[in-house]
Amino acid sequence: MGHTKHNPIVRALFNDDDVVLDAVKDLKSNGFNVSEVYSPFPIHGLDEAMGLARTRLSTAAFFYGLTGLFFASWLTYYTMIMDWPQNIGGKPNAYWFLNMPAFVPVMFELTVFFAAHLMCWSYFAVNGLYPGAKAQNPDPRTTDDHFLMEVELEGDEAELTAKLQELGALEISKVEA
Amino acid sequence: MHYESPVRNPLILGDKSYTDITNDIAKPVESKAPRSWWIAFSIAFVMFLWGVGCILYTIGTGIGVWGLNKTVDWAWDITNFVWWVGIGHAGTLISAVLLLFRQKWRMAINRSAEAMTIFSVIQAGLFPLIHMGRIWMAYWVMPIPNQFGSLWVNFNSPLLWDVFAISTYLTVSTVFWYVGLIPDFAMIRDRAINPVQKHIYKLLSFGWGGKAKHWQRFEEVSLVLAGLATPLVLSVHTIVSFDFATSVIPGWHTTIFPPYFVAGAIFSGFAMVQTLLLIVRKIFKMEDYINIEHIEMMNIVIMVTGSIVGVAYITELFVAWYSGVEYEQYAFLNRATGPYWWAYWSMMTCNVFSPQLMWSKKLRTNLIFTFIISIVVNIGMWFERFVIIVTSIHRDYLPSSWSMFSPTFVDIGIYIGTIGFFFVLFLLYARTFPVIAQAELKTILKSSGENFKKHHDDHGAH
Repeated sequence: MGHTKHNPIVRALFNDDDVVLDAVKDLKSNGFNVSEVYSPFPIHGLDEAMGLARTRLSTAAFFYGLTGLFFASWLTYYTMIMDWPQNIGGKPNAYWFLNMPAFVPVMFELTVFFAAHLMCWSYFAVNGLYPGAKAQNPDPRTTDDHFLMEVELEGDEAELTAKLQELGALEISKVEA
Repeated sequence: MHYESPVRNPLILGDKSYTDITNDIAKPVESKAPRSWWIAFSIAFVMFLWGVGCILYTIGTGIGVWGLNKTVDWAWDITNFVWWVGIGHAGTLISAVLLLFRQKWRMAINRSAEAMTIFSVIQAGLFPLIHMGRIWMAYWVMPIPNQFGSLWVNFNSPLLWDVFAISTYLTVSTVFWYVGLIPDFAMIRDRAINPVQKHIYKLLSFGWGGKAKHWQRFEEVSLVLAGLATPLVLSVHTIVSFDFATSVIPGWHTTIFPPYFVAGAIFSGFAMVQTLLLIVRKIFKMEDYINIEHIEMMNIVIMVTGSIVGVAYITELFVAWYSGVEYEQYAFLNRATGPYWWAYWSMMTCNVFSPQLMWSKKLRTNLIFTFIISIVVNIGMWFERFVIIVTSIHRDYLPSSWSMFSPTFVDIGIYIGTIGFFFVLFLLYARTFPVIAQAELKTILKSSGENFKKHHDDHGAH
């Protein structure tokens, strides 16, 4: 993510999600690099149009869940079978496997607990979200009804500006990298 | 692209733009509280304080101050616990299950429903804690190494499963809610004028900026959390029902408890969502977002789950008779015709008969009728738990120990206190949080907004 340090970027403000999406597709097909779009809500298909890779958070969540499952298995094995086995209501406790049906609820809950919480922590971490962080959007209107696109300036500035205007940009500004 | 069949009714009424949505949802946060809010808050706060007093009295003196006796050793505390947990279930059902089913109407109500979940699970959690008697020993329910030899918690016990289920449910619901709230807090942050307000929402919004990659992750995380929360919510009330079902008390030892409890939980939860949202939409003028369409959908859910609950009650009766076990048969005969017959028939009337009125379209789209039914259902569901718990144990195997239960002022005070606490939290939420998930709602404006739908119909798709 993010733009490279070398090229300045041009910011273009739009006021419609469909216009932005079409603009991204158009710019991409003309060889421009749309490095970022700030939007007030998720735009369906934008990630694909920008060429963003699929997020791996769900894969991570699967492994976090597995961690929880193994932790719960170990915890019930250690406390109920190894450290102090007790005869509770005649339930077999010679092996973990025999007592396991009674542990299913806890194993399930800890799987969900680990998967959900660790995934959310990962989500906050990779997005750089934490209490009191500086607002990431350069223009406060992008949480209301505006859409801000950042395009890397590689060639002629006037050409890109004209292109953006043609695509429906309301405001265009240049930012030095 | 933004097309939806004209058969579907619009979900956002009026001639709305994205900014209108922003303004309408930020308004309760930015404007002064209406007088009605202050009146409601004051009443709730007094109830809450009364509850705090009763809880302190219980902790200081011991649970002997409750109306429990040797035979009825579980009564209002566990009734209230199950009632509150059940109410919580609708929030997760709306935000998770309806997300998986792609029900767009959830977007107007999921935020408040989930707030309700969290606040009611907090109330539920109070009861087992108080009932421990020595609340300062509450950490003993956690499997932590301790100084009493290697004495561990008992993982064979449904009460311990409950500890894990409720704490997982509370914390996972909270993060699910918060992940969704972040973009909406950012919206309020970006338009705040008052520096104190701006600072608070800056803290709460975690710096959210709505980058394309972040939205992509947001949607993925929401989907996975919904996938995790769906079996979680079903497991929670299943495990609550295990508290009873794994015991050998006639009337409790029943295999249909898990689905029956889950259906009852959704039933009562939706009723509470109706109660709250009918008030919220009125006070904060959100009628365009939470409209008759939403109310009707929820009423249909209430009708269906109410019918499932009714089938469960009748199945229980049938199985008690069919089992041929005289104790089991007596437990049910005693429920319907014994000294607590009034509780049983209140439950039947409120939960089985009253939701059947929702078959009439006229009634289920009537706001006043809906409001009354939503209250009736919650009364009925409280009685359901009371009937299951108290009438199953007040006449045990030894007729000489048969007894009745009468609550003391402390039992009543704690119950009223939790209702007060719940409304204190909900009213504070309604004034400071965006009560509708506005970012999500904006995604359906072009497909389900009245003005856009009308435009499609007049000019063809696109």
